[in-house]
Amino acid sequence: MAILLKDLVNKNVPLNGGHRMCPGCPTPVIVKQILMSTDHPKVAANATGCLEVATTIYPYTAWNIPWIHNAFENAAATIAGIESAFRALIKRGEIAEDRKQTKFIAFGGDGGTYDIGLQSLSGALERGHNFLYVCYDNEGYMNTGIQRSSATPIGANTTTTPVGKVSYGKKEPRKDLISIVAAHHIPYIASAAPHNWMDTMNKAKKAIEVNGPAFMDVISPCVPGWKIRTDEWKGISEAAVKTCFWPLIEIENGEWRLTGESKKIADGKMEKLPVEEFLKSQGRFKHLFKLENKDVIKLIQDDVDKSWNYYKRMAGYND
Amino acid sequence: MAAKYIPLTGAESAAYAMKQINPDVLAAYPITPQTPIVMKFSEYVANGEVDTVSITVESEHSAMSATVGAAAAGARAMTATAANGLALMWEIVYIAASTRLPIVMGIVNRALSGPINIHGDHSDTMGARDAGWIQVYSENNQEVYDNYFMALRIAENEDVLLPVMVCQDGFITSHSVENVMPAPDQVVKEFIGKKKFKGLLTAEKPFTIGPLDLQDYYFEHKKQQHEAMKKVFPVIEAIQKEFAEKFGRKYDVIEEYRTEDADIVIMGMSSVMGTVKEVIDAAREKGIKVGAVKPRFFRPFPGEYLKKILSKFKAVGILDRSDSFGSLPPLFTETAAVFYTSSTKPLVKSYIHGLGGRDTTVKLLEKVVTDLQKLSETGEGNFTSEYLGVRE
Repeated sequence: MAILLKDLVNKNVPLNGGHRMCPGCPTPVIVKQILMSTDHPKVAANATGCLEVATTIYPYTAWNIPWIHNAFENAAATIAGIESAFRALIKRGEIAEDRKQTKFIAFGGDGGTYDIGLQSLSGALERGHNFLYVCYDNEGYMNTGIQRSSATPIGANTTTTPVGKVSYGKKEPRKDLISIVAAHHIPYIASAAPHNWMDTMNKAKKAIEVNGPAFMDVISPCVPGWKIRTDEWKGISEAAVKTCFWPLIEIENGEWRLTGESKKIADGKMEKLPVEEFLKSQGRFKHLFKLENKDVIKLIQDDVDKSWNYYKRMAGYND
Repeated sequence: MAAKYIPLTGAESAAYAMKQINPDVLAAYPITPQTPIVMKFSEYVANGEVDTVSITVESEHSAMSATVGAAAAGARAMTATAANGLALMWEIVYIAASTRLPIVMGIVNRALSGPINIHGDHSDTMGARDAGWIQVYSENNQEVYDNYFMALRIAENEDVLLPVMVCQDGFITSHSVENVMPAPDQVVKEFIGKKKFKGLLTAEKPFTIGPLDLQDYYFEHKKQQHEAMKKVFPVIEAIQKEFAEKFGRKYDVIEEYRTEDADIVIMGMSSVMGTVKEVIDAAREKGIKVGAVKPRFFRPFPGEYLKKILSKFKAVGILDRSDSFGSLPPLFTETAAVFYTSSTKPLVKSYIHGLGGRDTTVKLLEKVVTDLQKLSETGEGNFTSEYLGVRE
């Protein structure tokens, strides 16, 4: 059944307002896009991170679905335990009829996913648990004060890769997590960007309903971390896709394809913007626009082009 | 049918008990010397003798993480580990207890690295003594088997709702064959009963588990954990009594051996107490009035029980199979602390023994008896500690 905006406005939201996420943060939007994509009952596990700390300050909770936070690096293992428990309890007749189709979703930031939680994620994917893991990817340890993670792009100014007299910020390109997850040959993988809500929700629906592990990496522009205004996430999310810094990818049973604006660009129906269009409004890249850092922007553009060409090839396009 | 003894290793005794418990979920990782528990249990799964959902996780950290998730969903969830595996799951061991999840975890006690050593001592679980888990230590294979059922009942008791570690000594117990008398499945089933605790993630109303708990509530929640531990011993006593009725084997919080008229006693936990009993029998033949005291639980600490029992003796030798570097070892320290306000107290001597699986031999324990005789007569060596049998 198609996802319609007019239906969505009448649904109960799984994550209530009134939480303490930063103004202008798209992560709660992403959470709602993911969870409202299907009507199945759901259980969520959350890695330690801003989403967890800001939505559940005891004695309050913003969550309208059963929700658990265990620790930083183990959201995947935790949801694996929950999914296994449901299987066991269903087998033993201890789960109510209307809960038997419960879906299991884990949320983690890029720190909890790319870095400290990678082993737990890999293990759960390999074992084939029936769950969706969503990485809300703000490209750094934003909750602890904007430190670099392996998802931080080249040139970003973070508190552990600060810009200084002899440094332009982070030196290394971001980790290609989509390809790492793809190497697990799970049934469904996608990247997404919240400005394209329909693309994100369609992917989430498939990911949740597929039988077996699914993974989504969703870019989440961060107001304090990226040093942007509270009304900017949507435009930056869009620029990330249109510059091919963040291609919209879908891998269904091993078959790669591009979606949304990324497909249009690959098909020649939309212009691929220079990476400056993504970098320019973000304070974390401000220093790159100084004369002495011109080469770094070229370095970033080369890196973006290299990955874009790789993803295009994987999706069946010739260079 | 009359109950029969069957030969089982300590690890197999644990697996056999787990088979009869037939938990909803088992998440475990192989680590020496715990591995045979998981291997044996996996056979039960493969042969359909249990219908447990088994999660063969990629690490001990994930073993405890998945067990927490499963228990939060309302499953009877179990795991097992040893030494470095326990150390790796450390962070989540605390979370399991503070989330008040009634998990039963088999522990095969083994020395912590480094240097790496796969043999038995208590450095792993003694390090975890402040994690908020109940700890029960098993002397032999029969106790291992029996403790699993009692542990499950203690953990799931509504006044308690705390996780339990069922400890046995690495190799000495886990890999040694003894005759064990298993109970018929029906007896176990009746004893453990249906789980009563509620699955938080399967509750009617959505439930948030593991929220951020700051200065305004954390302190009160810790007090609740503190109070829960205080309720454990009455529950243990009731369960031990019921166990004796159903299984025909009687256990106390503290086991006393030939202490009726004893002047001196040796106190310790787990497998060494088998050897201690041998030594005591031989010493008794020679007319030495020596006995043994074996606390079965280390958490909660049975201080009140020990105070009552030990104040009867002139001297107590306390065997610790772990050290607390820069201090005195844990069983000794906590026992000594019990007597702070007492006017009647025994002379005490601490022995650190058997680290890294070193044999604590009859000969070494005979020396302890001699030491204690001297201590009781002269007071010499009171409140000192030594490495028993170490090469200098």
